[in-house]
Amino acid sequence: MTNTDPIRFAHRHLLDIARLNATDINQILSLAEHYAEIARTPDKKRDLLRGKTQINLFFENSTRTRTSFELAGKRLGADVINMSVGSSSVKKGETLIDTAMTLNAMHPDVLVIRHGDSGAPHLLAQKVDCAVINGGDGSHEHPTQALLDALTIRRRKGRLEGLIVAICGDIQHSRVARSNIALLNIMGARVRIVGPTTLIPSNAAKMGVEVYNKMSEGLKDADIVMMLRLQTERMQGSFVPSIREYFHFFGLDKEKLSVAKPDALIMHPGPMNRGVEIDSEIADDLNISAISEQVEMGVAVRMACLDLLSRGTAA
Amino acid sequence: MSKPIRALINARLLDPATNTDVQGGVLIEKGKILDWGAHIKKGSLPDGVKVEDCNGYCLAPGLVDAHAYLCEPGKEHRETMMTAGMAAAAGGVTTINAFPATEPVIDDPAIVEMVRRRAKTTCAVNVYITGALPKGLLGEEMAEMGLLSEAGVVAVSDGQFAISNINLMRRALAYSSMFDLPVIVHAEDPALAAGGVITGGRTATFMGLKSVPTCAEAILVERDIRLVKMTGARWHAAHLSTKDALDTMRRAKNDGLNVTAGTAPHYHALNDLELGEYRTFARVSPPLREEEERLAVIEAIKDGTIDVISSQHLPQSADSKRVPFAQAKPGVIGLETMLPVSLRLYHNGDVDLLRLLYTMTIAPAKLLGLEAGAIKKGADADLFLFDTEKPWQVDGDALLSKSKNTAFDGHLLQGRVLKTFVRGKAVIEL
Repeated sequence: MTNTDPIRFAHRHLLDIARLNATDINQILSLAEHYAEIARTPDKKRDLLRGKTQINLFFENSTRTRTSFELAGKRLGADVINMSVGSSSVKKGETLIDTAMTLNAMHPDVLVIRHGDSGAPHLLAQKVDCAVINGGDGSHEHPTQALLDALTIRRRKGRLEGLIVAICGDIQHSRVARSNIALLNIMGARVRIVGPTTLIPSNAAKMGVEVYNKMSEGLKDADIVMMLRLQTERMQGSFVPSIREYFHFFGLDKEKLSVAKPDALIMHPGPMNRGVEIDSEIADDLNISAISEQVEMGVAVRMACLDLLSRGTAA
Repeated sequence: MSKPIRALINARLLDPATNTDVQGGVLIEKGKILDWGAHIKKGSLPDGVKVEDCNGYCLAPGLVDAHAYLCEPGKEHRETMMTAGMAAAAGGVTTINAFPATEPVIDDPAIVEMVRRRAKTTCAVNVYITGALPKGLLGEEMAEMGLLSEAGVVAVSDGQFAISNINLMRRALAYSSMFDLPVIVHAEDPALAAGGVITGGRTATFMGLKSVPTCAEAILVERDIRLVKMTGARWHAAHLSTKDALDTMRRAKNDGLNVTAGTAPHYHALNDLELGEYRTFARVSPPLREEEERLAVIEAIKDGTIDVISSQHLPQSADSKRVPFAQAKPGVIGLETMLPVSLRLYHNGDVDLLRLLYTMTIAPAKLLGLEAGAIKKGADADLFLFDTEKPWQVDGDALLSKSKNTAFDGHLLQGRVLKTFVRGKAVIEL
C-alpha cells in the first residue's frame, strides 16, 4: 500500500492494541514505513497537521517517548505543547478529570497521555473532545511501542506471521509486554513469555502465550528476543533476590542467546540496564541488536498514528 | 591392593523403600552395595569374602535426618561437624540435612561451598545443606535461591521463625518452585508465638508462663497451604505438633497438594508435663504440647499424614539452659536418641518397624531428593545395625554431642544402635 491508497481507520483514539484488527495495524505500519523514508531525507517537515494542536501530557517521567511524540507532531506541522507532572497543577492536587477539562477548553486536536495508572487514558478519552493517544498507562498497554516493534520486525524479517517471539523479563509490570502480546497475536506470530515466576502474571497462558521460566527453553529457536527493563525497585528481594541472580538466570548474554535462531533479532524498549537484563556485548552488536532502529521507527510510527487520527474518518 | 569384598550376614534386613523384612545379608565392595537379600548367607558367598556376622540384629539403611543444626560455622562452642558426626553415627544417622542458622547464615553460594568442604573433611557422616529462604534468616527479603540451588542446597528454610510477611512468603514460594526446591517451614505464626515459651493450656496457666496458643501452628499451616495452592511450590512443615494443624495437613494431602509434614521424637514422646519444675532442657520451639496433641501426632504418624521424623537436633550450651525458664533458649539435641525414642512407637504397637524406619530413611531422602535411605545395589553402603530390644538409660553427659541439652536425660529407652557404616566403613561401634 502507498500513501495514496484510501485510508479507512475507524478509530477516534489509540488507547490499546486490543481493540485494533490486522487491517488497522497493517495500515499504520505501511504509513509508518512511508514516514520512515521521509525521516531519512533532508527535508523532514510536512504540513499535514498545520494549525492543529498536540498536547503531550506526561504524568510519568519519560525522555524517549515524549521526545518521539514531540518530534512526530512537529514534523507533521502541529503545534506541540509538553506538560509534565512536575510543572503542572496536578502537583497542586487537581484531579485527572479536572486537568482534562481544563486542557479540553483550550481545544487541542490530539492529547498524548502517559500515566502511572492503568486505564487513565480511557478515562480521559471519555471526557475530552479530541483524539487521545495512550503513551503508556500503568501496567496495561503502550500501543505505539508495540507498533514500532512490529515495524522494526517487519523491516528486518519481512513479516510477523509465524515468527517465534520471546518476550523476556518482568512481564507482570510491563505495559510493553501486554501491547506486544496483543499485537503479535493479532498478526499471527507465536508469542512466548520468559521470566521468573514472581514476574509472570497468574493466568498468563490465557493471554495466548507459551510461558517459560528458563531462558534455555524460552529462547529455543526464537526469531525475535525482546528484553524488558527490570525496574530496580523490584530487585530488592521482593520479586527477585538480587541483580546478580537475575542476570545469571534471565540476563541476555551470548550463551543464553545461542539456542535462538542464528539470525535472531534482539530488541529492547529502553532504557537498558546493562548487566541486569542485557549484556553489553549483545546490546552493542549491530548485527543482532535492533535497539537503535526501534527508536528510529518510534518517530515514524507516531507520525503515522497522528496522521491517521487527525483525518477524522471515525464515526 | 584392591579392597576385598565384605559380607554382612545373618541380619534381619529392613528396607522400607522396598518394604523388605527378611533374614539375609549385604555384600559390600569399595564402599558400595554389590548385592543384598536373603540369598546372601553363609555357604553361598564367593571366595575371599570377608564375613561379618550380624547375629540376627536389624540391618537397615542409614537414617536420613532431615533437620539438624550443626552450628558450624560460627557456633562451634555448641557443636562442630566433627562432634555432630559422631553423635549422628551413634544414632544410626548416616546423612544429615544441616540447617542454615549458622554465623554467617547459609544464604550465599560461597558459604554453601565452604560448609560442604568442611563437612567432607571433618564429619563422619554425609552432610547436605539447606539454604536460607529469607536473606540472613531475617524474614525481610528473599535469599538467592537460584544461586544457592546451583551451589547444591537441597532445600530452603525459614529456620526457627516463619516469615510473617505473607506477600514475601507468596513470592518466595513462587520463586522456589522454579528451582523445584522444597521449602521447609517453621509452622508457627510469629505474632502469636512472640514471647511464648510454653504451649497454651493447663500447665502454662499453673506455671505462670507466657504461652503460645496451639492455633498458632494451624493458622500458619492454613496460610501456607493456600499459598501453595496458588504457587505450586513444594512445601514441607518441619515439625507439626498439634491436632488442628495435622487435620489441615490431612485435608491438603487429600486435595492432592504437593505438601509434606515432619515431626520430631519429642513431639510424639513427650508432653508439656515434662516442663514441670521448670525444666528448661525440655524447652523446644514449637513447645511441647498437651497430651491430646501428642496422641494426635502419633495418629498422624500412623496414617501417613506425617511423612518424616527428624531429630530437630539443636545444640545449646548449658549456660543458655541454666537460666530462668523464660530466658532459656529453646532446643534439644536429638541425633543419638532419634531412633531409640521413636522405637517406643514400635514397642507400643502404634506402628510397625518398617513404617517407622520409612519416616527416617526413604521419606526424608525423597523430600530432599537424595540418593539415600534405601538398601540398593550400586548405592553407597550407608547402613546401620541395631537391636530393637536392648534396654538402656540415657545419660546426658555420656552423649557424644558437644552440647548435652537432651530432653531425655535419665529416660529408660528400649532399642539401641550397635554399629553404623558410612560407605561401607564402620564409623562407630557401640
